[in-house]
Amino acid sequence: MTAAERPWTRKDLLGIAELEPWEIEKVLDTAAAFEEVAHRPIKKVPTLRGKTVVNLFFESSTRTRSSFEIAEKRLSADSLNFSTSSSSLSKGESLVDTALNLQAMAPDLIVIRHAYPGAPHMLARRLAAGVINAGDGAHEHPTQALLDAFTIRQRKGRLAGLRVAIVGDIEHSRVVRSNVHLLTKMGAEVTVAGLRTMMPVAMEALGVRVVHDLDEALDGADVVMMLRIQLERQSRMLFPSIKEYFRLFGLSAERLARAAEDVLVMHPGPMNRGVEIASDVADGPFSVILEQVANGVAVRMAVLYLLSSIHGEAPA
Amino acid sequence: MTGRPAPGRVLVAGGRVVDPSQGIDEAADLLLEGGEVARLAERIDPEGLGDDVEVVDAAGLVVCPGLVDIHVHLREPGQEYKETVETGTRAAAAGGFTAVACMPNTVPPIDHRAVVESIVAEAERWGYARVHPVGAVSKGMAGESLAEIGEMVRAGAVAVSDDGLPVAHAELMRRALLYARHFGIPVTQHAEDLQITGDGVMHEGEWSTRLGLPGIAGVSEDVVVARDLILAAETGGRYHVAHLSTARSLELVREAKRRGVRVTCEVTPHHLVMTDKAVADTGFSTDTKMKPPLRSEADRAALVAGLADGTVDAIASDHAPHHRDEKDVEFSLAPFGILGLETTLSLCLDRLVHAGAISLSRLVELLSTGPSRAYGLAGGTLAPGSPADVTLFDPDREVTVDRTAFESRSRNTPFHGWTLRGAPVRTILAGRVVEP
Amino acid sequence: MTDELTPRRTILDRRQIERIVRRMAGEIVERNRGIERLLLVGIRTRGVPLAERLRAEIERMEDHQVPLGVLDITLYRDDLSTIAPQPVVKGTSFPVDIDGWTIVLCDDVLYTGRTVRAALDHLVDWGRPKAVQLAVLVDRGHRELPIQADVVGETVPTRRDEVVEVRFESTDGEELVAIMERPAGRAAAGGSVRSAAGGGGEGGPA
Repeated sequence: MTAAERPWTRKDLLGIAELEPWEIEKVLDTAAAFEEVAHRPIKKVPTLRGKTVVNLFFESSTRTRSSFEIAEKRLSADSLNFSTSSSSLSKGESLVDTALNLQAMAPDLIVIRHAYPGAPHMLARRLAAGVINAGDGAHEHPTQALLDAFTIRQRKGRLAGLRVAIVGDIEHSRVVRSNVHLLTKMGAEVTVAGLRTMMPVAMEALGVRVVHDLDEALDGADVVMMLRIQLERQSRMLFPSIKEYFRLFGLSAERLARAAEDVLVMHPGPMNRGVEIASDVADGPFSVILEQVANGVAVRMAVLYLLSSIHGEAPA
Repeated sequence: MTGRPAPGRVLVAGGRVVDPSQGIDEAADLLLEGGEVARLAERIDPEGLGDDVEVVDAAGLVVCPGLVDIHVHLREPGQEYKETVETGTRAAAAGGFTAVACMPNTVPPIDHRAVVESIVAEAERWGYARVHPVGAVSKGMAGESLAEIGEMVRAGAVAVSDDGLPVAHAELMRRALLYARHFGIPVTQHAEDLQITGDGVMHEGEWSTRLGLPGIAGVSEDVVVARDLILAAETGGRYHVAHLSTARSLELVREAKRRGVRVTCEVTPHHLVMTDKAVADTGFSTDTKMKPPLRSEADRAALVAGLADGTVDAIASDHAPHHRDEKDVEFSLAPFGILGLETTLSLCLDRLVHAGAISLSRLVELLSTGPSRAYGLAGGTLAPGSPADVTLFDPDREVTVDRTAFESRSRNTPFHGWTLRGAPVRTILAGRVVEP
Repeated sequence: MTDELTPRRTILDRRQIERIVRRMAGEIVERNRGIERLLLVGIRTRGVPLAERLRAEIERMEDHQVPLGVLDITLYRDDLSTIAPQPVVKGTSFPVDIDGWTIVLCDDVLYTGRTVRAALDHLVDWGRPKAVQLAVLVDRGHRELPIQADVVGETVPTRRDEVVEVRFESTDGEELVAIMERPAGRAAAGGSVRSAAGGGGEGGPA
C-alpha cells in the first residue's frame, strides 16, 4: 500500500517526533489535493459540514489562528474561537477545568496553542475530540513544519537529500524542533546555526549538524530557514544588540550568495526585518515566505480532514 | 511508645534473618521481649517460652532490622491536605518502614523545639512508625541565621537541613557544620545552585532539548557539593548529601571519603530506576517532575554502581506528597516531588536485587543500617538489646502498584501499574506488631 | 474489497467495450451537434479512463482534441461522518474555466446516483457550466436519487447483493466488465458513495 492508501489512524496531531515518514507524506499528498480550493470562485467544500472545531489560543497569534480559521471555514466546519487576549478564556481557570467545560460542548476537533510544553497532550488524554497542537511552548509546532515541507516539496520536488540550514534562536524555537524531526525523517541533511547562548545542549542528538557561524551554515544550502529573534531576549544576557546580532547571523543578500543557486529562503513569520533577515532578501527572488502562508491553509485543511474521521473515546 | 501497655514477648519464627550489622544472613528465629531484641538462634522452641508469647510466622519471609527512610516529607504542620503524621507513618508501615526522618519545610517550618516535640508526640500517639524530625539549619529556613539547633536536638531532632531549599550561603554552611559538631549531628544539604537552576523543570540534556523544556544542569548540584566538601573537610563537621543525583557528585563524595572527610550520602529509588527520558515516555506526566530531576542514563548507572561499591550509604525516598489538583496542571507549572514510602522496597527488590545489581543483604544495609548510622539512630540492627524494630518482607511476592490503595493521602507516583517482585509484609515497632 | 468477491460472469470483454465506447462517442457528438466548448470530465477513479477513451474516439472522428478534466468527489460525499478513516483525496482539476462550457461527466457505473449528485455539487462550486450531461459505461439500476444518464453504454439489471466490476487497462491492467457476488450474508453497502481509491471497479454503489 502506498502512503496515500494507508489509512490515517491518529486521533491527535501533537508533534512530528512520533510520526512515521508515510504519515508525513500522506498529509502532504492530501494537502496537494486541497490546494485547488483556494483557486476557485467558491472557496469552500462541504467536507466538515456540521463539525465543530474549537480554536483555543492561550498565546495570541493572529497568523496561525487565522490560517486555521480559514482552513476550517473552507471545509464548512463551525469554528469557535477562545483566546486569552479576548478574555473568553477565564484567567485562573485551570487547563483541566477548561478542558472539562469544553468537553461538555462536544467539539469534534480542538486546535490549541499554549505557552507550556505538554499542554496539548493533557487535553488529548482527557478529551474524545481530536487535538491539534498549534504550538506548545518551545516543544513543537507540527503544522508549521508540515507547511514548510509542503513548500519545499512543491518547489524542489523532493525533501530527501536536500541541504537545509535553520538559523536563529534554536533554543527557544518550536519551529526548529518540528522541522528537524520532519526533515531528518524524510532524508534531508539539516544544519542548525545560532549563537552559543541560544543553542540548547545535546542538539546533535536530534540528527543535525550544529554550527555557530552563518557562512558555514549557508555554504551550498538548498533551503535556508530564518527564525524570528525575540527582541525581549536581548535583556536576558543572550545577545547585546540588534546591530551585533545582524552582523553575526542576519541574512543579507551578500551572505545568501554562498548558498546554492536556486536556494529557497523561508521564514515562519512574523519577520523582524533588519534583525534576522534583510528586507531585500525577504522580498527578493529566492523568498517563498508568502507561499508558506498560502500553503499553510491547504496543509491545515488536510490535517483537519484526516483527523476528523478518527473518533476518540472519552476517557473514563 | 507511651500510653500503651508494655509489649510482651514476640517470637518471629521460621524466617531468613538478614542483619548486615552483625554479618548475619541465615534461617533463624528471633525473640523480642520488652520492646528490645532478646535473642536470635537457629531455632527457639515456643513451647519452652510460656503462654504469653505472640508467634509471628515468618516462613518464606526475610526478617531484618526495621527499615528507616531518612528523607520524608510529612507535610504536618500546615499542609495536612497533602499528608499528615498519621497518614505518612501509616504509609511508612505499609511500605515496611519502622522509622522515618521528616524534613523541616512545613508551615511553620521545624525550626523550633515546640514543633519538634509536637511531631514526635503525634507519631507516638498513632504508633505506626517512629518519626525523627530533621530541624531547619536556619531560622524560618530563610538561609540567614542559625536556628536553635541544640534545643531541637534535645527535643528529638536527629539532623539539620533546609531541605526543599539549599543552604546557599557558604558562610552559613561553614558555621552550621561547626555548630552542629556540639550536638553530634550531621548537616544535610539539598545541593542546588538556584541561579544555575533558573526556571529549569527537568534535567538539562538531550531530552530537555527534545521537549523544549528549560533544563536544570547537573552542575547545579555538583558545584554545591564540591564547595560543601571543602567546608566539611575544613570544619571537621558531619555532612550528608540528600538525594544525590549526578555521577560527578558521586565521584566527589567517593574521593572525599577516601581523604577521610566525614561525609555520607543518600540516593532515591527513582534516581536508581528512571531517567530523564521518562518525561517524554509518559507524555509530560507531572509524576516525573521532582528535584533533583531524573537524570541521564550515565548518571543513573553511576549511582547504581555507587550502591555496590559502598560510596552510597543509604537509599531514602524523598517522599513528597502533593494533592492531585496541584499536580494536575501543565508540566511547567506543577510542584516538584513524588511519593516513595509505599513503593521503595518493592522497586529496590525488583530493580536492584533481582536485577543483580546488589545483594539482598546490601539492600537491607542501604535501607536500615546505613541510614541509621548516617543519622546516629539506635536502629538498623538486631543485636541483642537493640530496639525491637523489625521488618518482614517477601522477596518474591509479585505486586502491581495500585495508587488508589495507598495509605498516603496523596497519589503522585509514576509507578502506578508497575509489576514488581518483592513486597513488604509486616513491621514490628518497639516489640508490637503494627496493623496499618 | 475485490478479494472478498467471487466472479460470477463477465458481461463485456475488451472488444465489446471498444465497440460500445465508439458508439457512445458518436452519441455525445451527435447530441451536442459538434464539440464546440465541450469538456469531458472523468469522475475519479474509473470515470477517468472512460473519459480518456471517449476523448480519443472523438478526436478520431472530428480530427480535433476535446479538453479533459478530472473530478474527485471525495470532499462532497454525503457519508463522510459515518465512514472512517477518511478516504484518500486525490484532487480535481480542469484545463479551462468551466463557465459557459458543456460538461460531459463520465463514470464507469451508475448505481444509486449519489456519486453524480456529489459531482454536480462540486461543479457548481467551480463555476456555471452551460449544461451538464452524464455518460456512463454501465447503468445497473437501483437509483436512490432522481438522476439519469444521457449516454449509456450498457444497461445491466442487477441484484443489490451483486457488484459490477469494471476494469480498464490503465488502472487494472485488463479490460472487462463483470458481475461479482459478495459472500452470503454481506449485503451491498446501500446508499454509500464509492471510494475514489477503492479496489475493484465498484467498491460501492454509484
